[in-house]
Amino acid sequence: MNSTVPLAPSAVNVANVEAARRRRARMQEEERRSKLARQLVTPEGAAIQLKLATAAERAGAFLIDVAIQWAIVIATGLGLGFVMRAMDPGSANIAWALWLVFFFFVRNFYYIFFELGTKAATPGKRALGIRVTSRNGGRLTANSVLARNFIREIEVGLPFQFLMMGGDQVTGWMALLGLVWSGIFLLFPIFNRDKMRVGDLIAGTWVIKNPKTKLMGDISSATGSVANGRYAFTPKQAEAYGIHELHVLEDVLRQSTQDVKAQVALRIRQKIGWHMQPGETHTAFLEAYYATLRRRLEQRMMLGDRKTDKFDVR
Amino acid sequence: MSDLLKSYRFREERETDWRKLDLILTRAENSGVKALSDEDMTALPRLYRQAVSSLSVARSISLDQNVIAYLESLCTRAYFFVYGARTSIGERMMDFLRRDWPACVASAAGPTLLAALFLFGGWALAFFLCMQDMEWFWTFHGQNFWDGRNPDASVEYLRTTIYTDEGEISDGQLTSFASFLFNNNAQISLFAFALGFAFGIPTAWLLLYNGVMMGSLHAVFWNKGLGYEFTGWLMIHGTTELFAIVLAGAAGFVIGGAVAFPGQMTRLNSARHAGQRAASIAMGCVIMLIIAALLEGFGRQLINSDAIRYAVAFTILGLWCAYFYLPRRAGPV
Repeated sequence: MNSTVPLAPSAVNVANVEAARRRRARMQEEERRSKLARQLVTPEGAAIQLKLATAAERAGAFLIDVAIQWAIVIATGLGLGFVMRAMDPGSANIAWALWLVFFFFVRNFYYIFFELGTKAATPGKRALGIRVTSRNGGRLTANSVLARNFIREIEVGLPFQFLMMGGDQVTGWMALLGLVWSGIFLLFPIFNRDKMRVGDLIAGTWVIKNPKTKLMGDISSATGSVANGRYAFTPKQAEAYGIHELHVLEDVLRQSTQDVKAQVALRIRQKIGWHMQPGETHTAFLEAYYATLRRRLEQRMMLGDRKTDKFDVR
Repeated sequence: MSDLLKSYRFREERETDWRKLDLILTRAENSGVKALSDEDMTALPRLYRQAVSSLSVARSISLDQNVIAYLESLCTRAYFFVYGARTSIGERMMDFLRRDWPACVASAAGPTLLAALFLFGGWALAFFLCMQDMEWFWTFHGQNFWDGRNPDASVEYLRTTIYTDEGEISDGQLTSFASFLFNNNAQISLFAFALGFAFGIPTAWLLLYNGVMMGSLHAVFWNKGLGYEFTGWLMIHGTTELFAIVLAGAAGFVIGGAVAFPGQMTRLNSARHAGQRAASIAMGCVIMLIIAALLEGFGRQLINSDAIRYAVAFTILGLWCAYFYLPRRAGPV
């Protein structure tokens, strides 16, 4: 519908073209995001939308976990150093031996320990709001957790070892070849639709977003019936925007500063041709308009007519 | 009241129940299932079903994105809790030891034989090559390996490496040596498992390489007439340790085989099924290697009689075989 921009004076045209470009960019972004959405149908027959974690989030969580692991290893190592000075050589050796075993377990079982818990996430994953889950929607078994984490050894350990090799020319080339080969495992999540590591593939798991959203107050309840008489929008004014703009307005009302709200209020007044009344605050106006717009759009939606945005005129 | 939005009234009627479910889930996530009262447990299924149905209604009548996002996250959390695993870590461990582990090992008999073939094939190859011409030893090991345990060493020196004199080594050294070897071996066996993904080829190479290393060393001792003694020195922990390494290799082959030859299943599904089985075996290997390290660190250094060493070695091997391969009563699943 935007391609049919009428051949009008150029000033209007430029604004229209700009709006159309922004709209296309937004829709592309939405499509990109919808590629990460997966539907899980519960045994009750209801569909839950799961969103896969992005490769960047996975990498971030991994870096946090590695930092924690190093912190544990270094802290216990330093502590051990102090204690060992006070011990005789025999028991110092035993302490050293125990620490070596401890190191092995931190290296290999840190992830397993946390992912077996009820949250199915390591501290790093928890910090970024993601968790491990079984790909077929069933429960996450202990064997899956073991498998996905034992595989980590080749994904991270192998490239690292090849990187440390080097030396003379022949081994240098060998190392490079090995690095490229093992690099395939490391970069595997970037190249598949489901953002799976090799470990996820073997274990039958994937990593999803698990954000904890807070339930906030309903904005439309704030205005109530008190202000309704004051803000009587005409049907045409209430039709000016679509669902996308409604959601943007919701974000503005929930999160923005007074400054931004004032600007948005001015823009909306301009667009719908609303004259500011004496004693009218920006926030009150926005809340009232939000309630009106939402009522209108929800009514249309119940009749099976979703007005996606302000360009959607039918 | 008719002035309020339909979607707002819908939310107002159900909000208390959503919040109740939220509270139960938060408590369960933070302090486990045991923190829930009986009342919570009976309320949970009803609240969960209600939240799920609220979500599908909200999607079609409400344009409040906060409500929908909240319900999505609430339902996801509730779903994973309601349909998630409830067994404690202790129960899982008992299950693993009693059923999972031996069953997985027994079901992978073919790959186990294959892995053994690679390890001992490499062993035999290196052994016979070195017996014919000791120059091969240097080819395999390069220079300066095994702290002077090489073809040029004297018989007396080699003998001291396999027997421990009274009071020569303190206890501390034993344990640190054992734990170092445990680290090394456990990491290698996890590697052998993980590398199976590349169709098992690197796993085969890893097994062969370790076999060659041991076989050539074996030949050195054999050549100096210490074959019987060296075998005892090796076997006391070796039966457990080599068995573990063979099983780790077998785990790798299970995955490699499933990826290369998926049969009726899709490649992805086949990899998943094999991965779960192989992970159990690999986990078991770590346990076996801990036991091997104990035998190596203490048993080997403290027991200096060949006969007892052989006896211990074969008793333990017999126990492992019985544990893995003896048919057992089918327990409740």
